[in-house]
Amino acid sequence: MILLSVNHLSKTFGGLKAVSDVNMELKIGELVGLIGPNGAGKTTVFNLLTGVYTPTEGDIALRRETLVGLKPWQINQKGIARTFQNIRLFSNLTVMDNVKIAYHQHRSYGMLSAILRLPGFYRGEEEMVKKAEDLLEIFKLSHKKHEVAKNLPYGEQRRLEIARALAAQPQLLLLDEPAAGMNPQETAELMEMIRWVRKHFNLTILLIEHDMSLVMGICERIYVLDYGQIIAQGTPNEIKSNPKVIEAYLGEDVSHAVS
Amino acid sequence: MTEMLKQYFKLSNILVTVAILVLFAAVNIGIETGFIDDYYKLNLFLICINIILAVSLNIINGMTGQFSIGHAGFMAIGAYGSAIMTLKLGYPFAVGILVGAVAAALCGILVGLPTLRLKGDYLAIATLGFGEIIRVVILNIDYVGGAAGLNGISQYTDWPWIFSLTVITVLVIKNFMTSTHGRACISIRENEIAAETMGIDITRYKVIAFTMGAFFAGVAGALHAHYFYTIQPTTFGFLKSFDILVYVVLGGLGSMTGSVIAATGLTILSAYLQDYAELRMVIYSLLLIVVMLVRPQGLLGTAELSFDGIRRFFSRQTGKGRGAGNDSAVG
Repeated sequence: MILLSVNHLSKTFGGLKAVSDVNMELKIGELVGLIGPNGAGKTTVFNLLTGVYTPTEGDIALRRETLVGLKPWQINQKGIARTFQNIRLFSNLTVMDNVKIAYHQHRSYGMLSAILRLPGFYRGEEEMVKKAEDLLEIFKLSHKKHEVAKNLPYGEQRRLEIARALAAQPQLLLLDEPAAGMNPQETAELMEMIRWVRKHFNLTILLIEHDMSLVMGICERIYVLDYGQIIAQGTPNEIKSNPKVIEAYLGEDVSHAVS
Repeated sequence: MTEMLKQYFKLSNILVTVAILVLFAAVNIGIETGFIDDYYKLNLFLICINIILAVSLNIINGMTGQFSIGHAGFMAIGAYGSAIMTLKLGYPFAVGILVGAVAAALCGILVGLPTLRLKGDYLAIATLGFGEIIRVVILNIDYVGGAAGLNGISQYTDWPWIFSLTVITVLVIKNFMTSTHGRACISIRENEIAAETMGIDITRYKVIAFTMGAFFAGVAGALHAHYFYTIQPTTFGFLKSFDILVYVVLGGLGSMTGSVIAATGLTILSAYLQDYAELRMVIYSLLLIVVMLVRPQGLLGTAELSFDGIRRFFSRQTGKGRGAGNDSAVG
């Protein structure tokens, strides 16, 4: 069963083709990597998938339903959540509030019961707090729930961003360099966490990452993007030995030397 | 069910209710007996009106982070709308307030929808322009007296009206702010892109913020019109908008407590400075400059005064003996 299909996706900025003719397919439950050298267009692909940019050409469909033309919040409500390469938390709010905001779309009370403080408000808030606490527990952030997000160490901010994305209860999770700035031990823990979360929440995950140990370690399939085009796809082992990939990463001469 | 009742009869709720009732009764007796003379009464009423204006602008500027500087425009609509209802059409005061406020809220939607594509400075300029448009339009309508304004409005605004509406405004906005809908507004202020990708319909919440802000500005306008007998377009010029903006910025963008404190303090200050008319604006401006230099985030930042915050502050003081900044007293 296919969850996400991307067909002939292109995006141009002025004369620059940031993404051109990208085709991708993600099956339900897959953990797929998207790699490529700096400036290859990986984050642009994420921005297209989440509606931050509108595609110049091509189609994006989640469960056969097109997402092109929808606003980012509508796409999020359809079931795609993401994290950002340069962390975008609600930095002056508490860890708890960060997660609760993502639950907003699943709220159980209306504005009138909030203003009049009807019983439904207290029930709804309690439910939200409980769900948020469960998530923070998973990401080992429970003890910091009253801290302001910007005061967390970098690794914890990254984890909080993933927790917040999951609060939206997505089917597809897009992770943009989740391990950036983490030390090897934190990266290993993060890998464990991603695996566990995928199983526990029945998620499909697409992740951008430069840390090859992470990508090769957990991804079942990998797409390689270079100059806005998919130059290779396959299992980690296939990708490792693909001459085109080596060329993209290391330059032409080296790839000849290797092969 | 008992759990639910506990929520309503929390100690803090009871204390706040008692405090509100005592304050109301004390001032009411003071006015009735003449202990509070007309001068103090005037300033007391101005404080209430300014609190309503400040907390309502705080929804737009502080909570949602949309910089609007045309708030006096909404106030003007409330003032004129209510005055037309009571003076020209002979409806009771309550109808006047409601019509004024709803008319202002509709204008809030009207301004909100097209201008919310704008950000930062551009939005500020657009709202400033909107405030001026309202003033000029009113200036040119003969039905409401043009430049001479509307005269002979009955003085319906008394202490029970103004006090209860101030309390209701603050409560409604506080309840909104601490709900999931309020958090949606705050998330727009914190990071618009993140809010949108987390499923928040940002246009909707910006319009809600504008509408609510305008509604309560309309209430303030209605109270104003029915206290001063007369209203003129010049009263609601951009200087008035800036006055309101100053309360919000000085108190701390996003802090309700801050808005209330700043509106009260600055109203008292300008009452005292009335005798030195020529120095008034100089002192006022100096104060602002000093506060902005020392505390650019405003007196309270985004913090609020709450019972939980106070309790946490004291437990931290006694528990760990760790020196906590004044920010932790508010939470």
